[in-house]
Amino acid sequence: MDLGEINPVLLVASLMVAATPLLLAAIGELVVEKAGVLNLGVEGMMIVGAISGFAISVETGSPWLGFIAAAIGGAVLSLLFVLLTQVALANQVASGLALTLFGLGFSALLGQSYVGVKPPSMGDIHIPLISDIPVIGPILFQHDPILYVGIALTAAVWATLKYTRVGLILRAVGENHDAAHALGYKVIKIRIMAILFGGACAGLGGAYISLIRVPQWTEGMTAGVGWIALALVVFASWKPWRALLGAYLFGGITVLQLNLQAAGVAIPVEYLAMSPYIITILVLVILSADKSSAPASLGRTFHASH
Amino acid sequence: MIVLEKRPQPSKAWSYATPVVAVLATMVFGGILFAILGKNPVEAIGTIFWEPLFGEFAFYYRPQLLVKGAPLVLIAIGLSLGFRAGIWNIGAEGQYIMGAIFGAAAGLAFYPLDAFYIFPIMVIAGAFGGWLWAMIPAFLKVRFGTNEILVSLMLVYVAEQMLASVSLGLLKNPEGFGFPGSRNLQSYESAHNAELIAGSGMHWGVVTALIAVIFAYVLLNRHMLGFHIRLTGEAPRAAKFAGVNPARLILFCLGLSGALAGLAGMFEVSGPSGVVSIDFNVGYGFTAIIVAFLGRLHPVGILLAGGLMALTYIGGEIAQSQLGLPAAAIQVFQGMLLFFLLAFDLLTNYRIRAARSEVA
Amino acid sequence: MKFTTLLASAAMALGLASGAMAEDKTKVGFVYVGPVGDGGWTYEHNKGRLAVEEHFGDKVETVFVESVPEGPDAERVMTQMALEGADLIFTTSFGYMDPTINVAKKFPDVKFEHATGYKTAPNVSVYSARFYEGRAVQGHIAGNMTKSNIIGYIGSYPIPEVIRGINSAYIHAKKVNPDVEFKIVWAYTWFDPAKEADAATVLIEQGADVILQHTDSTAPQAAAQEAGNVVTFGQASDMSEYAPFPRVSSIIDDWAPYYIARTQAVMDGTWETANTWDGIREGMVAIGEITDAVPADVKEEALALKAAMAAGEYHPFTGPLKKQDGSDWLAEGETADDGTLAGMNFYVEGLEGEIPQ
Repeated sequence: MDLGEINPVLLVASLMVAATPLLLAAIGELVVEKAGVLNLGVEGMMIVGAISGFAISVETGSPWLGFIAAAIGGAVLSLLFVLLTQVALANQVASGLALTLFGLGFSALLGQSYVGVKPPSMGDIHIPLISDIPVIGPILFQHDPILYVGIALTAAVWATLKYTRVGLILRAVGENHDAAHALGYKVIKIRIMAILFGGACAGLGGAYISLIRVPQWTEGMTAGVGWIALALVVFASWKPWRALLGAYLFGGITVLQLNLQAAGVAIPVEYLAMSPYIITILVLVILSADKSSAPASLGRTFHASH
Repeated sequence: MIVLEKRPQPSKAWSYATPVVAVLATMVFGGILFAILGKNPVEAIGTIFWEPLFGEFAFYYRPQLLVKGAPLVLIAIGLSLGFRAGIWNIGAEGQYIMGAIFGAAAGLAFYPLDAFYIFPIMVIAGAFGGWLWAMIPAFLKVRFGTNEILVSLMLVYVAEQMLASVSLGLLKNPEGFGFPGSRNLQSYESAHNAELIAGSGMHWGVVTALIAVIFAYVLLNRHMLGFHIRLTGEAPRAAKFAGVNPARLILFCLGLSGALAGLAGMFEVSGPSGVVSIDFNVGYGFTAIIVAFLGRLHPVGILLAGGLMALTYIGGEIAQSQLGLPAAAIQVFQGMLLFFLLAFDLLTNYRIRAARSEVA
Repeated sequence: MKFTTLLASAAMALGLASGAMAEDKTKVGFVYVGPVGDGGWTYEHNKGRLAVEEHFGDKVETVFVESVPEGPDAERVMTQMALEGADLIFTTSFGYMDPTINVAKKFPDVKFEHATGYKTAPNVSVYSARFYEGRAVQGHIAGNMTKSNIIGYIGSYPIPEVIRGINSAYIHAKKVNPDVEFKIVWAYTWFDPAKEADAATVLIEQGADVILQHTDSTAPQAAAQEAGNVVTFGQASDMSEYAPFPRVSSIIDDWAPYYIARTQAVMDGTWETANTWDGIREGMVAIGEITDAVPADVKEEALALKAAMAAGEYHPFTGPLKKQDGSDWLAEGETADDGTLAGMNFYVEGLEGEIPQ
């Protein structure tokens, strides 16, 4: 055992990478839930994003086009959720689960000819001088561009929700859709936009796995990240910066766990593997004192009957 | 312009007709999908829906529908009670795993003793394991107001790690040459949940699922507690005036759904599956949520929905081996079926009509 | 997305009725635990199936069902195949062991072949591959290639199969490089590419410059490529898209020769129950091309080692060997018996850390 072998700088840098897919998906879902909609289909939208992004970047040779395609792919799948829950007024829990089932199957069909193919590489940003600063350089300035997109998206969502009129309306719709409707806001339209945004973000998160983190296409490769993203939103009590923190915590536990193993610390692996979930539960308990955080209309169907 | 108008009462006629319409729509769109994949659509659809029920080997598949459907129905019945009251247990998968672990551990503790009381003890242990796992979100919700959706979901992953842990350690078969997985309960007579009539598919889990359907029906329609459950879901404020104790209701609903999921796990591990292994759970807990909604949270509906899901699983496997359809296509097909069932449900509660030309 | 080809084949299929099957065809069924698109374990078995089709042409019909969960679902799928007239069924996951035995009892005329298990019956054979032979070659190359003397190893679950591979690789790395150290990380999952990527990154950060993996995704290859100076080996499939560097060689499961031979035996009526544990010699374990990134002399030694195993002259577990706790295991010149190897649950002397229980 030698804990000195764990380099804290590299640990932080790699946990940021591990956290990015989670963060992207969670930020999208956060907006969806802020609008009062619970979409449990994150996993399905991620995997469809993963294959759309992978296929397009392989065909075009451009990872950037791939990521755009991934966002579109995720959003298109979420359109199904829109049809079900906003047009046909179906139950959101069941629709989300169905979306995941459908997405997993659909992505596998699309991906049949992409198994064993290597996608074009995106490469890391390297800014001379700044990226070479010790400690800060590797942590902050030596990553792939999408990682920064994730952080920027977090900031943008935070600012939008907090300071803009759009954010205010979105929150109003999520808190009390009847009141928002009475005030003349288009509840359904706003929710549709939020769901599509959520789908696009989940798609990006999925493509981050298939294009940067792994990079490879295999069926079911998101392996449950979408579910963790759902937990993360609640963990963050619907606050964007807390989602970022939470994503790093989740990613961090996995990376730290592997680090401890590699350093030869005799840890019971299965207990450490369950620790992120147990910690989430503990945080949930602590946060549950803060009753104001959950959007009041979350998961309820809206129909303007008058 | 088309508008939706809420019906004062859900339409009885449409509530029976929509499932049929949904299945037909799935056949059409599924057929297009299969055609795109290069298969004969009529043959593929026929294989999925006809073969298991009336095909050459239906004598084998019909009992298998019971085996596949029973855990789904058993879990979904428990979940539906909570869902009706607005209590969202989506961690049945974890409770199913814990039920299996507890049940199998109780049985294996007696190995190789031969006694009539071992199986009943396992049943109790299995129900207890699921109940215990569901009590965690229930207790946290009652005591701290913690969101039960998330806690129950998180506990699924904890349970999966527990499963891996006991498969590799505590319950590992000492005569298994170091391979993971427990002794096979099928070959330990006192602990074996065998078919009651050979070849019928009927095991104690199927019997319990049927009892649960009847029990839930009676509870919801004839019992005060059932009335409270429905009232809490439909009109929470009225429920308060009616003297419903929300904490007790939460403990009851989560506890019962956990116990039923635990039973399902226990019957599965002691019967059709036989062994506790790393990959013991196959998603019944999640599929059961869909089954509960497809059955419109009604006991009889759930029974039918469980049967339908089982049918698409079994028919899907036949279509895979007979026609070479990929498993993914079957998954997409199931997804479509769910979409249509959910979407057409609209017609039960709403009327669609063309808006008159009056200015809105 | 190949929609155009999909549509073209759709048009054709609409015109096709179900083809009548000739009675004299031998029907071979395959039950897969994962999707054929997993790029690893199931993918290779499916390649074996396709090889059977190609080899026998019209004389066989193969069927498969993918992503079949272990347990009652597997039992049902096997029964279904048997009912529909399969003559031979390959069940390709350890967890299919008891279901295979159960179904085989009901269909005494159908032959069953169960991969990686240990229970046989008059109509059930078991077969497995001696991957540890490939690990020996890998260990030899790895020991020579490492400059930091730290070799990272990514395992799935601590089961005998994986432990055997670690021991074999370690023994042969140590032989050529006495200072070598193994860092072992257990992923506790069969399949999670993102986690494999994390594990590889962690090992590289902790100084490993050779990564061996007992998981199927190319994630570790990509992590090594990014690091720049880290050597990897393909696992389960060749992963040649990462050759010549970081992937310098690979171990490939090649089930095709076995599947063809067993199908032939059923056709000839000579099929008998057997317990097959084949390795390099029989072609079930193949060593992928050793690239020029490996020094010529090392490559030559590695090929010689492979040749010695192929000729049956060398066994990777040859004494003197001690267990991790220092107790004697194999005396000078003694080779390990298959029983011990099959259930291997200990490290050999020199490896650090404990096997998680």
